[in-house]
Amino acid sequence: MPTLVSHPDEVKIISRRFGAGAADIEKYLELDGYKAVQMAIEKGAEWVINEMKASGLRGRGGAGFPTGMKWSFVPKQSEKPKYVLVNGDESEPGTCKDHVIFLHDPHSVIEGTMIAGLAIGAKMGFIYLRGEYRYLLNIVEKAVADAYAKGFLGKNIFGKEGVDFDIVTQTGAGAYEVGEESALMESLEGKRGVPRIKPPFPAVVGLYGGPTVINNAETIASAPHILLMGGEPYAKVGSERNGGTRLFGISGHVERPGVYELPMGYNLKKAIYEVAGGVKGGRKLKAVVPGGSSCPVLKADELDVGLDFDQMGKAGTMLGSGGIVVLDETVSMVEFALRTIKFYQHESCGWCIPCREGTDWLKKTLTRFYNGYGNKKDIANIQYLAENMMGRTFCPLGDAAAMPTLGFIKKFREEFEEYLEGHRTEKALITTEELIGAAHH
Amino acid sequence: MSAVTNTIFSPELAARFDKLVTLYPVKRSALIPMLLYAQDEVGYVSDAVVHEIAQRLDLFELDVRNVLSYYSMLRTKPAGKYNVQVCTNISCMLRGGYEILDHCKAKLGIGHKEVTSDKLFSLEEVECIGACCWAPAMQVNYDFHEDLTPAKVDQILDDYAAGRGKDVK
Ligand SMILES: Cc1cc2nc3c(=O)[nH]c(=O)nc-3n(C[C@H](O)[C@H](O)[C@H](O)COP(=O)(O)O)c2cc1C
Ligand code: SF4
Ligand code: FES
Repeated sequence: MPTLVSHPDEVKIISRRFGAGAADIEKYLELDGYKAVQMAIEKGAEWVINEMKASGLRGRGGAGFPTGMKWSFVPKQSEKPKYVLVNGDESEPGTCKDHVIFLHDPHSVIEGTMIAGLAIGAKMGFIYLRGEYRYLLNIVEKAVADAYAKGFLGKNIFGKEGVDFDIVTQTGAGAYEVGEESALMESLEGKRGVPRIKPPFPAVVGLYGGPTVINNAETIASAPHILLMGGEPYAKVGSERNGGTRLFGISGHVERPGVYELPMGYNLKKAIYEVAGGVKGGRKLKAVVPGGSSCPVLKADELDVGLDFDQMGKAGTMLGSGGIVVLDETVSMVEFALRTIKFYQHESCGWCIPCREGTDWLKKTLTRFYNGYGNKKDIANIQYLAENMMGRTFCPLGDAAAMPTLGFIKKFREEFEEYLEGHRTEKALITTEELIGAAHH
Repeated sequence: MSAVTNTIFSPELAARFDKLVTLYPVKRSALIPMLLYAQDEVGYVSDAVVHEIAQRLDLFELDVRNVLSYYSMLRTKPAGKYNVQVCTNISCMLRGGYEILDHCKAKLGIGHKEVTSDKLFSLEEVECIGACCWAPAMQVNYDFHEDLTPAKVDQILDDYAAGRGKDVK
C-alpha cells in the first residue's frame, strides 16, 4: 500500500479525504460527498461551467488546458450522444498521483464525472484505468456499484425525474500512448491505440463519433471540490491564471518521496528541500525533471521557480503531470538520457515515421554512446535527430521523446563530452541486456 | 449477441462476458477487457481464446490479433503462475530498481520474459507502473509491492512460493 505523506505547507483540497476511508460510500457522504453534484443538478449547466471557468482549473493531464473552457466547447445540440471520458491511464514516468485518488477517494472521480456530464449534457461517462491498476479498478467498480445502489447513478438520479447518468469502467492493457486522448478513444472502442487526426477535436467528434469531454482523473476529481468551495475562492489558492492546488509526486533522490498537495505556483526548490525533506543522504542535487519524464530537465541553479504552467514554461520546461523527479550528483546524465529514451522508443506506437524511426535511432545512438563507442559527432547527431522530430509527428509523443533529449544535451553537453573522455560514474545503474553489450558497432 | 455454444471459459467468466458486451454503445469496446480477463483465467491469450472472443464480438480473428499485438500486458505464451514485473524506469532506477531486477534474476535463476522450470514464476523488466513515489516498485501479477529492498523481495517471493502471497484478481 502506498504510504501517505504530509507536510504543513500542503493545502488539502483534493486530498482532504485521503486516509479517511472515503472509498466507503457512507464515509464519503459524511465528508460532503455527492453534495456538489446535487448543487449542479439544482443550478444547471451554465452555473457549473461558470464556476469551473472562475476556478482557473487547468487540466492536470499534462497540457494545462483550462477545464471550464474545454467543457464550454461542447456543442449544446448534438445528434449523437455526448460522453465524458476520464483519463486514468497514468503512464508518464514519475507520475503516480491518480493512483492515490483512485485508492483513497474513488467517489470524487465518480462525482466529478457526473458533474462534467451535467455541464455538457452527457448521460454517460467512462472511467478508463490503465491495465496495471487492477486493484484500483476493483475499488472504483465497487464505488460505482454502491453509487448505483443508492440511486445516485442510473435513471432519475437523486430522485430527479428525467436526470439520468451512467458510468462504465474500462481497463487498458499496457500502452503509454493510450494516454493520448484520441488514442484512448480508439482503445476504448476496442482498437489499437493509434491516435486520430485532429481536427476534428474530441469536443466535436470523440468517442463513438459523439462530442466528448476528456479529462485527466485529477482534473475530474477537482470539480466537486470547486463547486463546494466556489470557483473564485478555489482560484485564489493558486497563482495567477493557475487556479487551486495540484497533487505533486516527488520521487527519486529525496528524503521523503510522496504525493503532496501544494498550491499552484509553490516554489519548486522549497518543494524539494522542505516538503520532500531535501536530497537523500545529504548529497548534492544535480538536476530535476519537473513534470514527468517528457519535461526538459532543470539544473540545480534553476530551481527557484513557481510550480505552475506559465512559470515552468518561462523556465524553458513544463509542469506536465506534476511528477517531480530529483537526481543527485551521482547520476550520469548520459545514462539517465538513455533510460528515458528507451521508454519512448518502447512506447512509440509506430504509426508515423519521425517518431518510430527517430526514437529508435536516438536509442541506438545513445546506447552506442553509453557503451563507450561514441564520438563527438554523435552529440550533434542526437540533437539533430531530436530537433527533426519536434513538431513533425502525428501526436505529441514524438515531442515528448525529443524535448527531454534536447534538454539533456543542452544543459549537460559538457558531461556528454567528458563521457567520451572516459569520465563515468563509479556505479552504472542500467543492466538491461539490450542496452549494454549489444549495439557495440 | 453471437451464440457461443461451447465456451472455453468458466461459467463465471462466460457470464461476465455476456454482460460486458451489453455495457457499451458498441460491442467491440469489450475487446481489451475481455482479452485481459481471459488471459487471467487461461494464463495467456491462446488461439482458442482469440477464436471465442472473435466469435463473441462478431470480429475477424485478425481484428483480435491486431489489437492483441499492440498491448504489452497481453501475451500469447504462458507466463509463470506469478509474473514478477520489476520497474526500472527513472524513479525506480534512481532508487535501486536495477538492483531489485538483478536480485530477482539471481534468485529465480531466469532472465527477462523467462519462466522458471516449475512454472511458478516468470520475470519481466517493465516500464513505469505508477508507483514512482514508492520506488523501487514491482508488481506480482496485479499486486503492487513498494519500497523494495533485496531482503523484502526475498520475503515476498518466498511468500508466493509458499502460497501465502497476495493475489488480486
Ligand atoms: C503520449 C501521451 C500520453 C498521455 N498520457 C496521459 C495520461 O496518462 N493521463 C492523462 O490524463 N493525460 C495524458 N495525456 C494527455 C491527454 O492527451 C489529454 O490532454 C488529457 O487527458 C486531457 O485532460 P486534462 O485537460 O484534464 O489535462 C497524454 C498525452 C500524450 C501525448
Ligand atoms: S508520434 Fe507518431 S508514432 Fe509516435 S506515438 Fe504518436 S502517432 Fe505513434
Ligand atoms: S518509475 Fe517505477 S513506478 Fe514509475
